[in-house]
Amino acid sequence: MNSARDERSAGAKERWSAEALISAVLRIGVTASLCLIVLGTLVSFVHHPSYLSDPQALRPLTKPGAAPRTLGEVATMVAEWQGQALVTLGLLLLLATPIARVALSIAIFTRERDRAFTIITAAVFCMLVLSFLLGAAGG
Amino acid sequence: MTPLVFTLITLVISFGAGLLGALVGLGGGIIVVPALTLLLDIDIRYAIGASVVAVIATSSGAAAAYVREHMTNLRVAMFLELATTSGAISGAFLAGVVGGRWLFVVFGLMLAYSGLASLRRLNEHEGGSVGRDRLADRLRLHGAFFDPLAGHAISYQVTHSVGGLAIMYVAGALSGLLGIGSGMLKVLAMDQVMRLPLKVSTATSNFMIGVTAAASAGVYFARGDIDPFVAAPVAAGVLGGAVAGSRLLPRVQSRTVRIIFTVVLLWVAAQMLVRGLR
Repeated sequence: MNSARDERSAGAKERWSAEALISAVLRIGVTASLCLIVLGTLVSFVHHPSYLSDPQALRPLTKPGAAPRTLGEVATMVAEWQGQALVTLGLLLLLATPIARVALSIAIFTRERDRAFTIITAAVFCMLVLSFLLGAAGG
Repeated sequence: MTPLVFTLITLVISFGAGLLGALVGLGGGIIVVPALTLLLDIDIRYAIGASVVAVIATSSGAAAAYVREHMTNLRVAMFLELATTSGAISGAFLAGVVGGRWLFVVFGLMLAYSGLASLRRLNEHEGGSVGRDRLADRLRLHGAFFDPLAGHAISYQVTHSVGGLAIMYVAGALSGLLGIGSGMLKVLAMDQVMRLPLKVSTATSNFMIGVTAAASAGVYFARGDIDPFVAAPVAAGVLGGAVAGSRLLPRVQSRTVRIIFTVVLLWVAAQMLVRGLR
């Protein structure tokens, strides 16, 4: 009985650090992507001074077909040091942050030897991957 | 409109969307999509792509603070994510089968009813006793958070975890079918069924919506719906607003949060009824 209680309090202590870890991953992901997005936007405006004054410049940026669709396209844009490529990298990093958070949770619960929650988070991760693949196939 | 003016206007509106989203547990799509399409004349596909980015930005931006402060109940969030992710997959299959105006009417009525039920709890004392839930005991779903307004920690019990899971599953499936954000349904299930304190419900919903959105984000990107020039000021503005909102929530009365939440809820209910009945 005593050892069970000890185990539980040890688990509770570890959960504190679990929260700190998850919070840190979210903060790093968000900060890094924000830096890329702001930097990329600044580069775009410096490269294209007309963005500051020309009303005609908005349309090409927001017309259908303007957005990159594949990582290859993004890589080419990065190689050309385009501001919008940096923005896209920042956005992709932002989109990946919640998935990284779920992956990290699996590791945390495994470390805590919390079987039920290791299985739960692993199942969530599998379903995330599944819905991603289904979407990619259907979309 | 020059690209500079577009960027600045979008930044300001998105800041407001992030602030609201962080407070009441929504993604901010209900502000971002109409603002981009109606006000700024952006293609609807780019507006929806940007709103997916906004949901993830609200979630990650606010959750970084909420998780650290124990406002988010991590275990409840991950338990319920089981249902929301599987519900979303089911919804994708149902999309071709179910649909039509009646779905909007039924759902609009349900949301309106929930709004009234939420108002009834306006003066209710939080953290009171609830029915015993053995699954919640076993999974250790109960929690506690520090309330700066009260000056002490408030511990709470979770109840009806299976009912909450079932509603989350339906919510996950329906939100895709109806094209509405799932944040509101998540808050409702936690607040009204599982009886979590409202601030814990909104913070936990906030944490979860990022994962739901991330599951579909890759698809939007591959379709070319995420335009960097449109999404950049949305992401930056929403992140700023969400961080500001997460600073604000601990200091706001639950009552105020409930009033804001109910107004948004009734607004969406009215929109759904109009869409279904017109």
